[in-house]
Amino acid sequence: MQISPILAALRYHKAGVVLIAMQIALTLAIVCNAMFIIHQRLVRMDKPSGVEESGLLVVKNEWAGKPATGQIASLMAADLDTLRKMPGVANVYATNTYPLSNGGFANGIGHSPDKRNYVSVTAVYFSDENTLSTLGLKLVEGRNFNADEINGLGDNDKIAPAVIIVTRELARRLYPDGSALGKTAYISNEPSIIIGIVDRLQIPWVDNSMARWADCSTLLPFRNLVTITHYLIRTQPEEIEDVATRVRATLYATQRLRVIRPKDGVKTFAQVRAAAYKSDRGMAILMGVISVILVATTAAGIVGLASFWVGQRRKQIGVRRALGATRQDILGYFLTENLLICMAGVVLGGLLAIGLNLWLMKQFEMERIAPGYVLAGVAMLLLLGQCAVFAPAWRASHVPPVEATRSV
Amino acid sequence: MFTYYLQLGLRSLRRNPMLTALMVMAIGFGVSASMITYSVFRAVSGNPIPEKSSQLFVPQVDNWGPQQNEKGEPPGALDYIDAIALMRAHQASRQTLIYPVMLSSPQPGSSSTLVSTGGYAVMSDFFPMFNVPFLYGNAWTGSDDEKRAADIVLSEEFNQRMFGGANSVGKNITLSGHDYRVVGVAKHWDPSPRFYAVWSDSAFSDSPDFYVLLNRMLDLQIDTSGRNSCRGRLEFNGWNQWLQSDCVWMMPWVELDSSSEVARYRQFLEAYAADQQHAGRFAWSPNIRLRNVMGWLEEQKVVPPESRISLAVASGFFIICLVNTIGLLLAKFMRRAAEIGVRRALGATRHEIYAQYLVEAGAVGLAGGVLGLVLTAAGMSGVGLLFEPEIAKLAHLDVSLIGLTLMVAILATIAAAFYPAWRAAQVQPAWQLKSN
Repeated sequence: MQISPILAALRYHKAGVVLIAMQIALTLAIVCNAMFIIHQRLVRMDKPSGVEESGLLVVKNEWAGKPATGQIASLMAADLDTLRKMPGVANVYATNTYPLSNGGFANGIGHSPDKRNYVSVTAVYFSDENTLSTLGLKLVEGRNFNADEINGLGDNDKIAPAVIIVTRELARRLYPDGSALGKTAYISNEPSIIIGIVDRLQIPWVDNSMARWADCSTLLPFRNLVTITHYLIRTQPEEIEDVATRVRATLYATQRLRVIRPKDGVKTFAQVRAAAYKSDRGMAILMGVISVILVATTAAGIVGLASFWVGQRRKQIGVRRALGATRQDILGYFLTENLLICMAGVVLGGLLAIGLNLWLMKQFEMERIAPGYVLAGVAMLLLLGQCAVFAPAWRASHVPPVEATRSV
Repeated sequence: MFTYYLQLGLRSLRRNPMLTALMVMAIGFGVSASMITYSVFRAVSGNPIPEKSSQLFVPQVDNWGPQQNEKGEPPGALDYIDAIALMRAHQASRQTLIYPVMLSSPQPGSSSTLVSTGGYAVMSDFFPMFNVPFLYGNAWTGSDDEKRAADIVLSEEFNQRMFGGANSVGKNITLSGHDYRVVGVAKHWDPSPRFYAVWSDSAFSDSPDFYVLLNRMLDLQIDTSGRNSCRGRLEFNGWNQWLQSDCVWMMPWVELDSSSEVARYRQFLEAYAADQQHAGRFAWSPNIRLRNVMGWLEEQKVVPPESRISLAVASGFFIICLVNTIGLLLAKFMRRAAEIGVRRALGATRHEIYAQYLVEAGAVGLAGGVLGLVLTAAGMSGVGLLFEPEIAKLAHLDVSLIGLTLMVAILATIAAAFYPAWRAAQVQPAWQLKSN
């Protein structure tokens, strides 16, 4: 296939060539970035929380009328007892927050009481001896809390745990050169002994800004005796719906002076996860839909313009056929023409894709796009161009040589 | 002439239904994607208080220092010590502190069941500063602030729930076991985004039920229900030590009516921070900010990144659709070169050809706009997929959006048609006639 006559012919269709190349370029720029965003969001959503999620239920309880710390302690003990006795409930504990909840607090943890000098930030989870089995956390070293190590903690009370359990990632950061078990760390201005290490426990937040320490969590042996408490309930997985429908009424039956919101007071962990990653999921779907429509629009545009060109050149095609060009020659001509235009488009589009990615990085703290995405996009669009132009080119190849003799 | 061109245009559009459908769909999809994302963007990025947004300021004082602050920026709220000190100094014509509180109230009709209710602890200037409209009664006064009275202003909606919408001024209401005196009922007022509390709460959450006297909340030791941000380790013990800690949780606002007042207040903040440095409380030189409403919303990144990204991508999509339309229009118009040649030979001027094809494009744009409108209406229900419910509910199809959709579709299509129509007008009649 000779390229120079194709290039020569293209000079007579500058506008159409520029339009198709531009469309290919813009489509490439947007589609590769969209695919990259989808991939990133899926990776985020795939992150394991470390929690055995099926069969886990969360109840948010607010005590009415600001009871005193001692009162809350007995109310909470009664609640835990009631919940544990419910049919279908395997275990339960009370805490300030839980993974993916998007609430709670974080703190510096390090090797000295000087608070400006910490090794890592860590999420603070108040826990008791039932936490590990309720959440289904995997203890890889050391031991669980004992019941007698759990203390009550009133509003704004000083937090100074004697013992803590940390995640493997946090342990590695605190003691990179050996086991952290039995060593001390400062999460308050007093030392705490690390008695256990769990494999994995995600922090409550899923924001990108906290991704650097997303696996650095610490379990503290406290019952947080404040007005708002979350009960985490481990049920038999098949009974979770049943427990979820009964739990609110069961708790109200023991004590009325509380608020468990009908709307979101009781949530399964599946709902918690869906809520935490809602915007990621939505973003992935939006980008997917836009990409599909975009590719379809671009293909349709190529079909439209190529059909127009074929219609315009029927006479020339007839002449070429009459002079001995085969159908394959004509088909090849249009396919090659399209390939040349698309190649110009993808070169420009590759640059645009990187430019758009740089802009997104600057505006939204996105990561740098992997070159694979641009290359895959280039291949996809070249193929798309060939597929789109095939039908008009096929029709062109079937223009009979006799067309050359007709006047219109 | 216009109707004649329109007839010609419609006839020509009918001649290639495929090509026409392609163009209409491209415009329709493009404009609806842009409009759906724009409706969300418009809702989250608007000016919530246009009449005063340049007179209301958030003073910020860095009480964390360069080692612990957020990349050199002072925290977005004040700790108790600084907040109270700024209020005592009273260097602005109006000023208030704000923090969100969550209390429980009896459910109307059943005294034994409780529901939680959210509001803001504020000072008397809050109401005139933010132009809060009143249905009944009034705000409390500055002297009530001093007296630490148990005064409360209810929202219209909360008053409806608790008192059936009656004038409740002077009545008592019990929240979390404490009695409050209703001094006023605010007419429905919920600026979006809720600029005055964005640091602590979601900027688009449910509207507050009440505004309660801040000093009274402090006396009852009622904690913030919103954000409380501390640096370093947990070293305080109990309410009083918490108040003295570096935890920031109080949102300050000041009203400054002229640029000279703004300059003066800035100097005052500098001097205050310098005093704290001299007193040994801060080990760093003054680091203060004074931002007005729009500057503050930008700093707090109130517009969710999803909204910007989706608007940017949708706009890019629309541009591609337009490029596509230019190509298709070009193909369509140039196919009729012979017809144009005849019209030109019969005396039509270039301008007339130009006008004819622009009108035809306008018809395509209108059809695309109508399709876009249908798709936009359908897509609005999908907004909830991407955004939190409180943001999704802000996006809706109103008259201005309908008008904008149609206008954008038509104008964009006509703009896209400039070049194809120009090419059509350039057709040489002699050439076309000769080849026939």
